[in-house]
Amino acid sequence: MDTAGSANPKIILVGSPNVGKSVIFGLLTGRYATVSNYPGTTVEVSRGHMKIGGKSCEVIDTPGLYSIYPVTEEERVTLGIIKKESHSVIVHVIDAKNLERSLPLTFQLQMTNRPVILALNMYDELTLMGAAIDISALSEKLNLPIAATVAVNNQGTGRLVDQIKTALTGAATAWPPTAEEFPPYTDRMMKSWYTKASEIAIGVTRKTEKQKGLSRLDKLLTSPVSGFLILAAVLYVGLYKIVGSLGAGTFVGFLENAYQHRITPWLTEIVYTYAKWPWLRDLFAGEYGILTLGVRYALCIILPIVGLFFLVFAVIEDSGYLPRLAYLLDSIFKRIGLSGRAVIPMVLGLGCDTMATMVVRTLATKRERIIATLLLSLTIPCSAQMGVILGLLAGRPKILALWAIIIAAIFGLTGTMLAKIMPGTRPTFIIEVPPMRLPKLKNILVKTYVRMVWYFKEIVPLFIIASILIWLGRLTGVFETVVGFLAKPLSYMGLPEPTAPVFLFGFFRRDYGAAGLYDLARTNVLSGNQILISVVVLTLFLPCIAQLLITIKERGWKIAAAISTFILVFAFAAGFVLNSALRLFDINL
Amino acid sequence: MQISEQMEEILEALWVAYEEKNTDCLKLSWLREMPDTAMLKALLDRKIVERCGEGEVKMTKKGEQLASDAVRRHRLAERLLTDVLQVRKEMIHETACQFEHHLHKGIDQNVCTLLGHPKTCPHGRPIPPGKCCKEQLKVAAQAVSSLSALKPGQGGHVAYLNTADPKRAQMMLSMGLAPGARIRLLSSFPSHLFQLGETQFAVDREIAKEIYVRMETS
Repeated sequence: MDTAGSANPKIILVGSPNVGKSVIFGLLTGRYATVSNYPGTTVEVSRGHMKIGGKSCEVIDTPGLYSIYPVTEEERVTLGIIKKESHSVIVHVIDAKNLERSLPLTFQLQMTNRPVILALNMYDELTLMGAAIDISALSEKLNLPIAATVAVNNQGTGRLVDQIKTALTGAATAWPPTAEEFPPYTDRMMKSWYTKASEIAIGVTRKTEKQKGLSRLDKLLTSPVSGFLILAAVLYVGLYKIVGSLGAGTFVGFLENAYQHRITPWLTEIVYTYAKWPWLRDLFAGEYGILTLGVRYALCIILPIVGLFFLVFAVIEDSGYLPRLAYLLDSIFKRIGLSGRAVIPMVLGLGCDTMATMVVRTLATKRERIIATLLLSLTIPCSAQMGVILGLLAGRPKILALWAIIIAAIFGLTGTMLAKIMPGTRPTFIIEVPPMRLPKLKNILVKTYVRMVWYFKEIVPLFIIASILIWLGRLTGVFETVVGFLAKPLSYMGLPEPTAPVFLFGFFRRDYGAAGLYDLARTNVLSGNQILISVVVLTLFLPCIAQLLITIKERGWKIAAAISTFILVFAFAAGFVLNSALRLFDINL
Repeated sequence: MQISEQMEEILEALWVAYEEKNTDCLKLSWLREMPDTAMLKALLDRKIVERCGEGEVKMTKKGEQLASDAVRRHRLAERLLTDVLQVRKEMIHETACQFEHHLHKGIDQNVCTLLGHPKTCPHGRPIPPGKCCKEQLKVAAQAVSSLSALKPGQGGHVAYLNTADPKRAQMMLSMGLAPGARIRLLSSFPSHLFQLGETQFAVDREIAKEIYVRMETS
């Protein structure tokens, strides 16, 4: 059914960032696309299907777009879809509160000659303001069907579906051949669209003019003193207390204990009963076995930490806190060559650096994108890694503080240096700040669940492959050779040979390496100094394979190779310098 | 001192060459409008320029002042024509050449104040600041002011964007910063937060400086 002639028309959801396209996508298709309260949540295209009149139609959710003249990369993705999928109905989703500002894009979309439907989403927020839009008058003036919706409460979507149905049947007889190229950008044309939009909007809107200042909450969040106190509180409670103490401490401790004492003996027994050959027993239940190590790391160490992190994070994302944090930190980020906008991928990186590397495409200049990608790879620990580190250092506050200071210093120094040496212009900062909204429990739970499933689909096979590779390596003796080979550079950093497998694991995934370190540290073979050096080097160490692949995809292999080489050298050099410094000043932690 | 329109054109040409080449000694061949022998003699006699080398001249202090004034009038005229009178871009230069001669003796200051002391012409070249620009801060109420100069709570309608980078101007316009849009500053520290219609935007100082607001008379 994929030939252009016979295929059903597609439905493309288009609109400015943060107007609720992904929510409508979820309602139409029953598939979940990540929904948050900040511009730039969707950076990739999602596709799903809906049944209309017995036929299955593809629905496409796109990243936010301000106009058909794109500036950022995610806008380009959307424009590409609009141009490519010519056999389609366009649903322009807008924030009903911003009719005037949104109509220029409607006019631009109408130039495609395809059926366009306008969805006035968040209509409840408009009503709350004491305003209203005369929908039939607007529909007449624009000559297109309109539906008022409150997508988060599933209101008005029935009408929207009806209109899509009508558009599809109407269009089936008289389908425009292909979309024409858009005319080149001129200020004049854009301004004339705004004039037209303003005339129409004033004619159909009834509103009570009232001047609002910043709400008290907004004032607290955005003024420097209280803003930083709130940031500190969010980090302390969200990261340290919930992810670190509760997740990495209590939950991991409980699960590890249960697994080691109840499940491991039971699994080992089964494996030993059914598998006669020692090599097979080793593969499943040996020191680095799939069941005894791979699955245990994934289920008992990573799962509780990552799950809790995603939960905390979903609340932060849905509240609207992130754009305010971007505002608060803009002037500080300027010093490291980034704008406040980069705060969002950096904070996302604390969840998963792979996801964050993808979000870097919302930054406006290539220079910013390279700096942000490098800092993400080098300095930002992902949730699994950080959770394990927090758990490991929970009883050693001095080392924890030193680790945090060293990583923060490297983040600042590397950024400042990059800002100096990278060619290109200083970044500028502009971001839309949505209202603070009360997170919806259902969205938080669904989002956390979807992310965890995604995460596990990605890591479990890698953990198993790592176990198999190590097992193969041990069978053939390659493992011992590599460990021996690593022992030398490790000794320069003052680290004993047993840490070599940790770094090997870390090469597969940073969180896997951190989990290995967690295991190792509990056996008390490492001194305080050695623990500090290992966690610092592991944090800086090469990103996991998934992040590396995304870096190659987003930035190209040349930049990815340059970044990886830099990180490898930098991480080991940092370990060496740290070890020398500790010895020089005779510090024993 | 009476300066002919023709001499004013030469002065502008000298200033533009001075801006582009960034040296004091200017080859006559660089000028987009070359003076003929009589004009060159007049310029030398009136101590507006002095000889510098073979086929090269240098502006005197007095010459620099006259040239910068002439360029200032020309570029202010361009701004006025684009921002207020909305003349088509292709026609600006020519119209401005005629218009600028009417901006003598204080009228340029009035225009400059009306426009909110713009820093650059529509082509992105700097407008030499006049006396009024230096006194700008002392002036209490202005018709047009940059967003960065407002106090939280003040606002009005977007007058124009003064952005040298066309890509950024396009982005700002696409986001809704169109002339006529309702705008109000909410906070100016640590960065700028403003209300545009029903949406809030956060921008840095650099962008806030480029947004010019026609203040509400209340």
